[in-house]
Amino acid sequence: MFWRRGRRDQAADEGRQEQPAGASPQPAAPPDAAPVASSAPPPGGTLDTSPGDAAASGSPRSAGLEPGPAAVPSTAPAQGDGQAEPSATIADGLQASRRGFMARLHGIFRGGAADEAAWEEAEETLIAGDVGARLAMDVVARARSRRDPAGPEAAVRAELERLLPAVPPGPWRPLRPDPSLPAVVLVVGVNGTGKTTSIAKIAARLAAQGDRVILAAADTFRAAAIEQLEAWAARLDLPLVAHKAGADPSAVVFDALDAAVARGADVVIVDTAGRLHTRHNLMEELAKIRRTIDKRLPGVTPEVLFVLDATTGQNGLAQAKAFHEATGLTGIVLTKLDSTAKGGIVFAIEQALGVPVVFAGVGERVGDLVDFQPASFVEALFA
Amino acid sequence: MFDALSDRLRDVLGRLTGRGHVTEADVDAAMREVRLALLEADVNYRVVKEFVARVRERALGAEILESLNAGQQVIKIVNEELTELLGRGDRTFRLTGQPAVVALVGLQGSGKTTSAAKLARYLVKQGRQPLLVAADPYRPAAVDQLVQLGRSLSIPVYAAPQGTPVVRIAQDGVAQAKRTGRDVAILDTAGRLTVDEALMEEIREVAAAVGPSEILLVVDAMTGQEAVNVAQAFAAAVPLTGLVLTKIDGDARGGAALSIGAVSGLAVKFLGTGERTDALEPFHPDRLAGRILGMGDVLTLIERAQETFDAKAAAKAAEKLRRNAFTLDDFLEQMQQMKRMGPIGQLLEMIPGMRGLANQAQGAVDRGELRHVEAIIQSMTREERADPSILNASRRRRIARGSGTSLPDVNRLVKQFGEMQKLMRMMQRQGGRRPSLPFGR
Repeated sequence: MFWRRGRRDQAADEGRQEQPAGASPQPAAPPDAAPVASSAPPPGGTLDTSPGDAAASGSPRSAGLEPGPAAVPSTAPAQGDGQAEPSATIADGLQASRRGFMARLHGIFRGGAADEAAWEEAEETLIAGDVGARLAMDVVARARSRRDPAGPEAAVRAELERLLPAVPPGPWRPLRPDPSLPAVVLVVGVNGTGKTTSIAKIAARLAAQGDRVILAAADTFRAAAIEQLEAWAARLDLPLVAHKAGADPSAVVFDALDAAVARGADVVIVDTAGRLHTRHNLMEELAKIRRTIDKRLPGVTPEVLFVLDATTGQNGLAQAKAFHEATGLTGIVLTKLDSTAKGGIVFAIEQALGVPVVFAGVGERVGDLVDFQPASFVEALFA
Repeated sequence: MFDALSDRLRDVLGRLTGRGHVTEADVDAAMREVRLALLEADVNYRVVKEFVARVRERALGAEILESLNAGQQVIKIVNEELTELLGRGDRTFRLTGQPAVVALVGLQGSGKTTSAAKLARYLVKQGRQPLLVAADPYRPAAVDQLVQLGRSLSIPVYAAPQGTPVVRIAQDGVAQAKRTGRDVAILDTAGRLTVDEALMEEIREVAAAVGPSEILLVVDAMTGQEAVNVAQAFAAAVPLTGLVLTKIDGDARGGAALSIGAVSGLAVKFLGTGERTDALEPFHPDRLAGRILGMGDVLTLIERAQETFDAKAAAKAAEKLRRNAFTLDDFLEQMQQMKRMGPIGQLLEMIPGMRGLANQAQGAVDRGELRHVEAIIQSMTREERADPSILNASRRRRIARGSGTSLPDVNRLVKQFGEMQKLMRMMQRQGGRRPSLPFGR
């Protein structure tokens, strides 16, 4: 369970910025005074207050950051580990996924030798984990031909692991070919995968490592997207470059890069609007942002992170391909791994593009981001 | 890939016409294709298994209809079974109570807030007076998002003071609707994971407190095999009444909806078809069946055409087509009507066999090629539009200059228009092959 440390524990609520009513800095307004706000924002504004309050109410940001790379066990003993889980909620969640793949594999291959039906069920189990029908068939076929002395289960596991490129050791660092210029991290993906939240997590992690981080609010399209990033920036106490809603995202990026150079920042993280990969003009807009970076900071190869929701099915591959074509992906952030979803589409993406998964998002707190570990992913995620 | 399912089935079974029946081996070959196709569409593997077994049985028993070959016959059975599966459950949208309460629930990022705004707009069109209730105090700026969407639609939004418990927000929102004479309260709730017991308990309490007449689970069309488990977990917490299937404007097949329908009996009530707030459509099972199969959605196309097309102009154009008097002027007019119908990629996608072309066409539009076509035609004289055959080299050069395009652009348009005329004549005589479009390649 390489992501386990980052999961929400019983103190979950503090991470969700909920506050006890008594702690509210706003006097609780009587219901009658509550605004019907077709024109006016709610009293006090929603902006910044909620994250600010959360921080004020003692959200242990540094504690949330602890599950960094050092805390990640490289090989997690799948079963025993779960028992030590502090929260019933999480343990249940893990139980749910544990009932999934490997448990079933154990069942399927009980007794060592596998017959036709067992292999077929193995294939089905992979499909149930969103690995995809064709790839599942391939993996099982190769596992069969391996004649692995360690048994069929080990063979399937090995074949799955083989599909994931090895991740360089040590904590993730953004590409920075020229140390005199800031590194640029461009974060892209379809709508609702968790880009903004992932950015907050990555920013917090880099800041904790001593990097000077600047955020760029280049999602100028979705309602309140800028406010969402502003809220995180305030909470993390990071500078943010933003224009008005509807502005040209490339212009935002250009200004952010200027600001980063002027202030000698180490990293600029760019939030982009979610977009369906089938919209040509929106993908073009993304390519233009990429070109803007190349133009403003020649020689800086941006880190382009594709944010993928683990609940995504086979469409994830089409997404990744389209974003790769438009922007040249350098890494994948696999989010919502704390759900019951298995994220099996990653295998197909890795096979097609070879872009490594670098992070796993495992919760809503700012510390709920861990380095991706292929072996543990296969072992633990499917356990 | 999936697009080709109909084609692949025809390949597998196509040459069997005239035999009167298909053999078991033929059907098994076809069923392998069907299985793969459905799995690629993210239909749950258990649902696929049952489905394939049922289709297989029917296909084996079926006599080949005279008008159809074996391939078409199997497609027809698959389509009918899919439609049946998707059509299960109650699709009535019930608004009872003063005010009626509608709650939107789902995972993070499935599109609840956007759907809430779309639904509000949809209800306004139906003559209702909705109030949007921002019941997601967790995600940063979620309330802001709904307030901004409400403002852009001139629909009021209830936002509670910071720190109000969620159940209270819901109750106050409903009370606010009552007080201000709004007849529907739409609750935009926070995204939550099914493994998060505290939040699942919260949504249970919200539902119990305000008794919504509709609790819609918002499901991303791109969701994979987990869709079924997610739906079951939400259904266990609150009495779900249906689904909103979002982001269907991408190229995901939306097999999730099929799976959820088959397993939990929940029907899709609305489709989210774009990022604009008017992109919400009532659901028609036969149409999604066609989409999952890659067979197009002609009915929606016709419906949308009826909404936006000037019937008289269309009749005139049809008459001209018949008389072979369809000119570039008519073509321009048709194109402008098409533009009013919405993104051309979406339109083409509804036509069977047009998916590939759809992306290409949308690309052409996005690149402004349709505007070029417009400009070229508008740079022609009346005579030239009526009879492109008089377009000699010097006229073409003038047109290119006038429209800000290049000579090859003009040549291509003229050539393609000629081909289209030919094709239309052919289609007049009998259903013909795929038409090529007057842009792109």
